[in-house]
Amino acid sequence: MKTFARLFAAIDETMRTNEKVDAMVEYFRSAEPADAAWAVWFLSGGRPKRLIPVRRLATWAMEETQVPEWLFNECYDAVGDLAETMSLLLPDAESTTDVPLHRWIDERLLPLATKSEEAQRASIGRSWRELGGTERFIWNKLITGGFRVGVSQQLVVRALSRATGVDEGVIAHRLSGTWLPRPESFTALLAEETSDADVSRPYPFFLAYPLEDELDALGDASAWQAEWKWDGIRAQVIRRSAQTFIWSRGEELVTERFPEIAAAADFLPDGTVLDGEIMPWKEGKPLAFAQLQRRIGRKSLGGSILTDVPVVLIAYDLLELEGRDLRSAPLAERRRAMLDTIEATRSTVFVPSPVVSLSSWDDARAAYGEARERCAEGLMLKQRDSVYGVGRRKGGWWKWKVQPFTIDAVMIYAQAGHGRRASLHTDYTFAVWADGVLVPFAKAYSGLTDAEIADLDRWIRANTVEKYGPVRHVKPVHVFELGFEGIQPSPRHKSGVAVRFPRILRWRTDKKPEDADTIETLRALMA
Amino acid sequence: MTLLRLAERGLYCEAGDFYIDPWQPVERAVITHGHGDHARWGSHRYLSSREGESVLRTRLGVSTTIRAVDWGEPVDVSGVRISLHPAGHILGSAQIRVEHRGEVWVASGDYKVEPDPTCTPFELLRCHTFITESTFGLPIYRWTPDRAVFDEIRAWWRANRDHGRASVLFGYALGKAQRLLAGLADADLGPVYTHGAVERLNRDYRRGGVRLAETQYASGMPRGHDFSGSLVVAPPSAAGSTWLRRFGSISTGFASGWMRVRGNRRRRALDRGFVLSDHVDWPSLLATVEGTGAERVWVTHGTREPLVRWLTERGIEAKAVASLWKGEEDTDPVEVAGEEVTA
Repeated sequence: MKTFARLFAAIDETMRTNEKVDAMVEYFRSAEPADAAWAVWFLSGGRPKRLIPVRRLATWAMEETQVPEWLFNECYDAVGDLAETMSLLLPDAESTTDVPLHRWIDERLLPLATKSEEAQRASIGRSWRELGGTERFIWNKLITGGFRVGVSQQLVVRALSRATGVDEGVIAHRLSGTWLPRPESFTALLAEETSDADVSRPYPFFLAYPLEDELDALGDASAWQAEWKWDGIRAQVIRRSAQTFIWSRGEELVTERFPEIAAAADFLPDGTVLDGEIMPWKEGKPLAFAQLQRRIGRKSLGGSILTDVPVVLIAYDLLELEGRDLRSAPLAERRRAMLDTIEATRSTVFVPSPVVSLSSWDDARAAYGEARERCAEGLMLKQRDSVYGVGRRKGGWWKWKVQPFTIDAVMIYAQAGHGRRASLHTDYTFAVWADGVLVPFAKAYSGLTDAEIADLDRWIRANTVEKYGPVRHVKPVHVFELGFEGIQPSPRHKSGVAVRFPRILRWRTDKKPEDADTIETLRALMA
Repeated sequence: MTLLRLAERGLYCEAGDFYIDPWQPVERAVITHGHGDHARWGSHRYLSSREGESVLRTRLGVSTTIRAVDWGEPVDVSGVRISLHPAGHILGSAQIRVEHRGEVWVASGDYKVEPDPTCTPFELLRCHTFITESTFGLPIYRWTPDRAVFDEIRAWWRANRDHGRASVLFGYALGKAQRLLAGLADADLGPVYTHGAVERLNRDYRRGGVRLAETQYASGMPRGHDFSGSLVVAPPSAAGSTWLRRFGSISTGFASGWMRVRGNRRRRALDRGFVLSDHVDWPSLLATVEGTGAERVWVTHGTREPLVRWLTERGIEAKAVASLWKGEEDTDPVEVAGEEVTA
């Protein structure tokens, strides 16, 4: 645990990417596989299931520290993180032992699941007396199921690659899917030979950066192709060894949720991997994302939902053909192979992503202008000879999203944030006018600078009208320009509308609350 | 009428007609210490500890009328007996003991009880009413011995030096900066540079016999000077400023009690936070209140309400008093935002 805590501290304590990677490289070179396997899992965002309700843990911490509940809550307000609050309140460790990370997990953490409450209490109490400082913080994060480190999977992959000499792409592929933190998995991760047995494993998704320059800076338009950027669920459909697996970009196995795609995939030849977007689709046209959400939210797909909200896979790319990794072949070649493969299935569930061919950049501009009409989020620009990369990379692919809808709204509620923004009010609720009353319609978290957040926080504290738990009702004074991607009628919201991806574009200090927009303006955007 | 009360211009003693740390100009001001929220410019006459006189002049101007007294030396003002006693916060920081007809009040200003080589250690005084700060008035604030903190700072400096980087350490220009320089006097890791705001006050400390690391004024170095491997001590307001550009590749650290909470460090986008405070932590705060034997406690600044409630539940008459004192300056605006600006 000590070495893992040192690794965590080293990553946490620097803003430099290189130093984070260096710290991981050093750790992976020396850690025993059983520990390293857990480290990889945690660093890649794996979280243990929460085994004890947090309120119960907090109660135990209060008992151990003799801190009354009201004072505990004051401390929690100041810290903004329960695991850290407990770590800071508990007395310093009595003894320090150095038990390796995997033994903490295997012998102390996982067994909590089957223990009685009394035995859990004893075990946790003991762990608190044995661990101090960062180790105790990490431990509390683990038992509350909230452990998170500030590194991306891409950096973990880079560090593993540097520590072992195995290619980054190979490591990334081996890590995708359901990777279990066992010592043998770690050893396999670093193995020389590349015949990987796991038939379900997807490839890491290739992601695009937002377009930064003018189109003309991309060079000759005819070297590029444009596709619509759809707002659905990015997924890979895998057919191997007569089995089908559908992975979402969040690396969740979602095969069961999309039976129509799974059924069509039976007709794909073995050793095929398609990359595409799962879209709600009816009569050759996309439905709103909210419809897909209705479907995702369901436990079972009974009733009429399958006919109300059918889905297709808009196929973007072919990553594997006859068991061969195609990712380093040029896009044009992959696209040809993809069309042939889909054609052969004779299925209407696989829809090749329509391509807008470009003879000049004006063609791209014209298509971009039509995006909203086509219910697309914008355009994807892909170089015809681009390879299918790993993670988010600049160069071969760019995304060009349509400008968001905007509206001026008044902030009426504020709530403290979490993590880096704990103890600052960073979650705001915004309202527009409806018959002289402010009706809330959106919450937004991001878009202000740190200085603006600090100013606003001070103002919020001084201008709170009423407090409901963590939520402060503030005077309706400040107007913000909000941007959002889509808007839908919603009976669940007081305002009757639901907006997608709302965010703050600007603090309109030049506007008064009476200058904010009305519900009619908002409704008009739906038309 | 109580012996001391909060008036428009600050904490006022009617019987002796003087103010303690007034925030507006008055006839007679008794000053606990030289921080900007306690020592305000413009009063006619000031009473200060002898140890703090030099800092006070640097802050208020050389021609200020200051009467300096030794620790414990009584000053009689119309039957009110005033004496100054060490508060252990920064060089010359004092608690003000006020005695009138057998009743004793102590205004502690800012204080800490941990040993600090840059000032005379805190003296525990018995009193009827104790006026305390509570900048860090929550049990999450518990300090580790400063030797361990200085070990961390040295290790950080050494690692930066080995990477050819300068270590920029932020700390409040008066007090914290000198405590850092005293703690690193024998570090022997490389040259130490300072920001002008820090360097000015270093003179007062050295004149007061405090041994600090040898320093050079950073802005006095020629253009293109190589700062790699050095330590730079600067006030927190220098963070993110163009002044830092001259140092080339740097790692940043901040020495403050606020650094005990991870979010405070992360929000500032600093590389390192070192938990080093010149204010009293929760356990020492409670022990001090108990040690004074006070029946009544006024809590003036910081996180006041929890301390007031804690003491009230233990049978001590406690109340929060609104003041313009802020405790650790240059902290997050959030932490001082709770202070009402009322008399």
